[in-house]
Amino acid sequence: MLELKNLTFTVEDEDGSRRDILSDVSLTIEDGRFIVVTGPNGSGKSTLAKLIMGIEKPTSGRIFFDGEDITEMSVTDRARLGISFAFQQPVRFKGITVLDLLRIASGRELSVSEACGYLSAVGLCAKDYIRRETNASLSGGEIKRIEIATVLARSTRLAVFDEPEAGIDLWSFQNLTHEFTKLRENMNGSIMIISHQERILDIADEIILLTDKGIARRGTKDEIMPEILGTSAAVNMCTGNQSFAGVIR
Amino acid sequence: MLDSISKRILEEVADLHTVPEGAYNIRVNGKSDSRNTTANIDITSKTDVSGIDIRIKDGTKKESVHIPVVLSQSGLKEVVYNDFYIGENCDVTIVAGCGIDNCGNQDSQHDGVHRFFIGRNSHIKYVEKHYGQGDGDGKRILNPVTELTLEEGASAELEMVQIKGVDSTDRKTYAKLGAGARLVVRERLMTHGDQYAVSYYEVSLDGEGSSADVVSRSVARDKSFQKFDSKIIGNTVCNGHTECDAIIMDDARILAVPGLEANSLEAALIHEAAIGKIAGEQLMKLMTLGLTEAEAEERIINGFLK
Ligand SMILES: Nc1ncnc2c1ncn2[C@@H]1O[C@H](COP(=O)(O)OP(=O)(O)O)[C@@H](O)[C@H]1O
Ligand SMILES: [Mg+2]
Repeated sequence: MLELKNLTFTVEDEDGSRRDILSDVSLTIEDGRFIVVTGPNGSGKSTLAKLIMGIEKPTSGRIFFDGEDITEMSVTDRARLGISFAFQQPVRFKGITVLDLLRIASGRELSVSEACGYLSAVGLCAKDYIRRETNASLSGGEIKRIEIATVLARSTRLAVFDEPEAGIDLWSFQNLTHEFTKLRENMNGSIMIISHQERILDIADEIILLTDKGIARRGTKDEIMPEILGTSAAVNMCTGNQSFAGVIR
Repeated sequence: MLDSISKRILEEVADLHTVPEGAYNIRVNGKSDSRNTTANIDITSKTDVSGIDIRIKDGTKKESVHIPVVLSQSGLKEVVYNDFYIGENCDVTIVAGCGIDNCGNQDSQHDGVHRFFIGRNSHIKYVEKHYGQGDGDGKRILNPVTELTLEEGASAELEMVQIKGVDSTDRKTYAKLGAGARLVVRERLMTHGDQYAVSYYEVSLDGEGSSADVVSRSVARDKSFQKFDSKIIGNTVCNGHTECDAIIMDDARILAVPGLEANSLEAALIHEAAIGKIAGEQLMKLMTLGLTEAEAEERIINGFLK
């Protein structure tokens, strides 16, 4: 179980003024829950994910995982405790192959066929990729799928995915949503996905709408959808703001 | 007979666990320890200076020559001249390499001068590994000179590796390429402590359609210093590319001096050089997979130098 208590994340802008990216955010994710966080660009969704993983430290507030206060815990220790994170913008490595990365992720000498299984799950034809370096030669969509595969390979109690849909075609998406469901079943773990994809909203137990004012609303898809259409997100959609074109149907 | 230190060094520099197959010459502490020749590959000692001549007959394919050097006696300094005469239409692998174990307080130094005359349409793969060990105060010094002459249609692939333990290296590589000849160099270097490593290349593309690709990947740690100085000269219709990609750490210093000289309108030459520290996001990604920062750093470096 993950509990966020009164998390605030404040940054100092270039002109020296202070700005709250997140302000007093509280949230509990029970075991076995599948939640989706959605909301306009810049509302602090990625920041929230980074606070959970320990990549950023909150200005104030506490984070508990299975009752343990992990607010001061390092990224490594959180990872070992059972938290994983798929980055919105995955990094690339020269000389580290897809197989290497999946092995690091799983923490053991995954067999080639096991590794291929994770790649197939994200819609990559495994044989073509397993020996490829995770360097600049991979396309944005390819590196994004590999990023998701590393989190699947970890199969931890809590997995956070930051906009996994980017660069993934709809056909592969069917598979992917299936994988998310499987991940939850296998681990009795919790999944948090930051997404604007309606197919992902569809399979969520609960949707959290984050705006620049914090958690604006939480509820099921049916409860939240009208809300989304009534927020600035809908305005963005009308003005053609690509960054948050509402929910992608 | 080889002692355990020599055996360990041979494993490091030549991946040798037993006596190699094919032709070889193992040099230990200034003397030839053992040698084998084959029907196609002859090895003879030079009479005027120390070193050997290696002659490979026309049409020799899928054979290899190992010429590792071990220095385990502190204070030994030697200059060795090895000449390779490779006939036409050959395809051979040559594994050189030098390992120094210095437990004493005097400097040990091996300066190997390797000359390659590569006949028409022959291909060679040349692997040279440098390695140092031993905890004495004496330095481990290696100053290799490599000179290559590639005749028409010949090609050479050089893999130069120095990952550990060599205090000072001044490497010079010269190549002259005939028509259609191709040179590929992959240099991998890691320096640490107070080490000093200079690598100089001068590649002359003389024949029409010749090409060269000289790439260095390196990591400089602690207070070490590296200089990569690579010059490609295009004298005709030719293609040249040189690249230096370096990770800098701690208080190290790296100097990249890529140089191009075009003496013909038809010469197409490119250089690239990049020096930077390990990206914070890379460390972070591996830490989210459960590695410590130190483990993450090690993985990134090992991958980079692979
Ligand atoms: N460390 C930081 N320093 C300064 N500004 C930051 C920092 N992290 C995030 N921000 C800013 O916070 C806002 C929210 O960013 P982010 O969490 O990426 O939003 P989202 O993922 O919802 O699009 C953005 O305006 C971003 O520029
Ligand atoms: Mg984001």
